[in-house]
Amino acid sequence: MIQLYNVSKKYPNKVQALNDITLNIQKGEFVFLVGPSGAGKSTLTKLICREELPSRGQVIVNGRSLLRMKNREVPYLRRKIGMVYQDFRLIPNKTVFENIAFALEIIGASHKEIKQVVPAVLRMVGMETKINMLPAQLSGGEQQRTAVARAIVNNPVLILADEPTGNLDPDTSWELMKLFMDINRRGTTILMSTHAWDIVDNMKKRVIQLDNGVIVRDEEGGVYSHDH
Amino acid sequence: MIINTIIYYFREAATSLIRNAWLTVASMGTIIISLLILGSSVLLVLNVRQIASDLESSLEITVFLEDGLEQDRLDELREEIKFVPGVTVVNFVAKEQALEDLEESFGDKAELLSGLEDNNPLPNSYTVKTREANLVPEAARELEKLEGVEQVRYGQGVVEKLLALTHWVRIWGSLALLVLGVAAVLLIATTIRMSVFARRREIGIMKMLGATNIFVRMPFMLEGMIIGLTGGLVAVLIINFGYLSLLNKVMLALPFIQLVDDPGNIYLVLGSLLGAGFVIGTLGSTISLRRFLRV
Ligand SMILES: Nc1ncnc2c1ncn2[C@@H]1O[C@H](COP(=O)(O)OP(=O)(O)O)[C@@H](O)[C@H]1O
Ligand SMILES: [Mg+2]
Repeated sequence: MIQLYNVSKKYPNKVQALNDITLNIQKGEFVFLVGPSGAGKSTLTKLICREELPSRGQVIVNGRSLLRMKNREVPYLRRKIGMVYQDFRLIPNKTVFENIAFALEIIGASHKEIKQVVPAVLRMVGMETKINMLPAQLSGGEQQRTAVARAIVNNPVLILADEPTGNLDPDTSWELMKLFMDINRRGTTILMSTHAWDIVDNMKKRVIQLDNGVIVRDEEGGVYSHDH
Repeated sequence: MIINTIIYYFREAATSLIRNAWLTVASMGTIIISLLILGSSVLLVLNVRQIASDLESSLEITVFLEDGLEQDRLDELREEIKFVPGVTVVNFVAKEQALEDLEESFGDKAELLSGLEDNNPLPNSYTVKTREANLVPEAARELEKLEGVEQVRYGQGVVEKLLALTHWVRIWGSLALLVLGVAAVLLIATTIRMSVFARRREIGIMKMLGATNIFVRMPFMLEGMIIGLTGGLVAVLIINFGYLSLLNKVMLALPFIQLVDDPGNIYLVLGSLLGAGFVIGTLGSTISLRRFLRV
């Protein structure tokens, strides 16, 4: 699903965010990306959805080389990737329903399709009773579940989650993780960067640890850190 | 579905236009003023041209001759007049003929002129026509230099004044139009920039969700087009009604002046104004999106 070959990323301000990264994530995997702040986790995520281009190396997502991909093809790549961020990124003046409908409107879905699909996906994340509320009227966990519903409404092959529990309390975080596991069980690949060591330790998934832009550990069924 | 997408574009454009109401009004106002200037200059030039060409066909130069010229000299003079650049038709009017014409124009009061036959004070003259009205002043100057010519008269400078007027209207009109046109484009660009700025988070979300460039840009393009077209439409309405009422007034007050009144020409001018509004709006959005919305 995701292949990186000798990928380095140097930002224009000369910060070397990633250095010679090689990794391979299979379809259907659930992978945690851990490491201290500034290690390069977000940069890696941005390379995969082609928000940034690598300075060196190859990035291949869903069989396509992102370096060779033309700008006008990028939207179609993004439609195959569901993204979830710490700050939810909901549109504040749209209701829960409208926020999710928007993801469908963008790709040209019909009214009928939107009316069918949005309630179904909201039911799946347990938000069916809050369908007409605005983001500001929701708790953090509910906002994040709405964001997850939006991320999966187009049936993506990959979910990229960048510290999705960063603004959530532990119980809410666990609910979100159950949701992610559900989604993963249906075959969707998930790459999630996180600082939530208890989650990583409990879930026993593959863990890739970055430090200073290099992979210092990549193990199946790993824990957050061997240092504590 | 395409129809939903189009509704979405318009809804988003309208939201931005209302959010930046003051800028919207300012850019529309600038467009309206520029187009009013453009429209009235064009109509003025068209009308002056028409009036000038009407005058042209009726305009002739009268070359008054000294008394007592020999027939030989008269014939020579005719050839010399024909030789002046631009001159096409030359007719001799004998002093007797001139007096008859004068009596005719006096009508019932012709008896006022009785007694003049014996001592006709009017000179012989040549009436001269030129190929075009704007050749009259220069030809007149040349004719004055000819030997045996006493005086040269023509339309009392009307033609010169008219032509000078179109000249200045064109220059100042173009200049004002250029300045205001640029101002209008820049104001629209600023309006669009504000809209982009107000929506930068939303734009980020749209890109994350896989929106195409066209989808992201279209509401903003539309915003500029709506400003341009609305401004154009207002200018067109003002000019249309303004000009129609001018036509009516002139027809009543100055019936001998024939203004441009065929609908074909007027609609062409109005259509061009609307088109110009559209172009200004589109240009403003395009410039703004090029600079502030790299996708
Ligand atoms: N857009 C950017 N421009 C310049 N430097 C950046 C940019 N984004 C991140 N960085 C730098 O790259 C390094 C890695 O950042 P990031 O990938 O955000 O790490 P993490 O997500 O693991 O905290 C940091 O030193 C950060 O300051
Ligand atoms: Mg980060």
